[in-house]
Amino acid sequence: MKAPLIKIKNLRKAYGNFTVLHGIDLEIAQGEVVCVVGPSGSGKSTLIRCINHLEPFENDGEIIVDGIPVRPGRDLADVRAEVGMVFQSFNLFPHMTVLRNVMLAPIRVRGMSEADAEKRARDLLDRVGISVQAEKYPGQLSGGQQQRVAIARALAMEPKVLLFDEPTSALDPEMVGEVLDVMKKLAGTGVTMVVVTHEMGFARQVADRVLFMDGGNIIEAGTPTEIFDAPKEERTRNFLHAVLDH
Amino acid sequence: MDLFSTFFNIPVLVASLPQLLNGLLVTIGIGVTSIIAGLIGGLFLAVLRLYAGPVTNALVRGYIDIFRSIPLLVLLIIVYYALPFVGIRLSPFFSAVTALTLVSAAYTAEIFRAGIEAIPKGQFEASAALGLSSRYTMTDVILPQAIRIVIPPLTNNCINVLKDTALASVVAMPDLLKQATQAQALSANPTPLIGAAVIYLLLLLPMVRFVARLEKRFSRGRS
Repeated sequence: MKAPLIKIKNLRKAYGNFTVLHGIDLEIAQGEVVCVVGPSGSGKSTLIRCINHLEPFENDGEIIVDGIPVRPGRDLADVRAEVGMVFQSFNLFPHMTVLRNVMLAPIRVRGMSEADAEKRARDLLDRVGISVQAEKYPGQLSGGQQQRVAIARALAMEPKVLLFDEPTSALDPEMVGEVLDVMKKLAGTGVTMVVVTHEMGFARQVADRVLFMDGGNIIEAGTPTEIFDAPKEERTRNFLHAVLDH
Repeated sequence: MDLFSTFFNIPVLVASLPQLLNGLLVTIGIGVTSIIAGLIGGLFLAVLRLYAGPVTNALVRGYIDIFRSIPLLVLLIIVYYALPFVGIRLSPFFSAVTALTLVSAAYTAEIFRAGIEAIPKGQFEASAALGLSSRYTMTDVILPQAIRIVIPPLTNNCINVLKDTALASVVAMPDLLKQATQAQALSANPTPLIGAAVIYLLLLLPMVRFVARLEKRFSRGRS
């Protein structure tokens, strides 16, 4: 088996006295699509935000992405260039056109020329179905369209890993589908994806592996069939009952 | 009629007008220099305060608090009359500009800080997640958005600086007010003072209206 792309060892995180993550160990392989599910406050968002160090973590924990340790300092920019992120609240840059949003990082971080960056940006916007709106500003787009732009913006860096932090939670229900469709297409392209989500249908259909988290621990991990059809742990069963049976 | 010839004496006004306009140029010179220097200093202080270490941060905070507390007139008199005792001798123009800049930078720093802090955390996170350096995060993402927020309060600060230039007359700077008081003494008639007041109004009223319009527009845009 190949060396894992992401290696997390004894990851611990606390806010004051409140422990959010109790020593997480996790390995994610190249090309794997991992969905992280669990109740609010279970630490799942914190977990993926540690991977690109948006959340600093305790010193004895360790995350290695593609051979580079994640820690403050010069290497961090290298890690972040390899790890794209899509946020719940999109976080597009409101003062730039959609096209500029996608072009910015390749130009500033990768040193790409304007022309190449624009070509790549237009290709990506086309892939997520936003090419017509390239010259518009984010505020003129619907939530679903904004999130698709955010995905294109993350992809523009050609990251090895894409992190999704509840990408559909801030969307009106009728727009969830268009974003999930883009993500499904992505999952087929071989990019490694770590998705925190409440969309159980998506997780079941797309994930190679589902992690169930509660109280800062990974309670159970397995294939979608294992987790959704035959959960071993009581807490997993309770959670799935609560979200699926109504 | 008597009142009119006392306060609005046309021949006196015409005679003093060149002197007043000269004074206006000096006032604008002091004002614009101090505004620009204050902007640069304030931006520098704001960025230091937000991103430098705790020691620098405390120093910057101390600076801001001191220069927002000290009366400008007191500062100006210290710069002009007290500093020569330690060998620092500034011309009236540079005394005025120094005092105005020191204070303006403190206010401007607070305005910029508030503007930068008003940018949602998600903008910083998105920039970080893309791997943007802190320099590009500032120049490409944060400052362009913060500028829009800070334009109304910055314009207000410019108005204050321009008004405060009148204090320079106490250090023998031939600004608009000084010229007016001299013309008044010369002609034994207060019309030049009224003329100076009208010139201040003509200069500043449009800026006051401009800020009011900006504030209205931004508050509408936000709702």
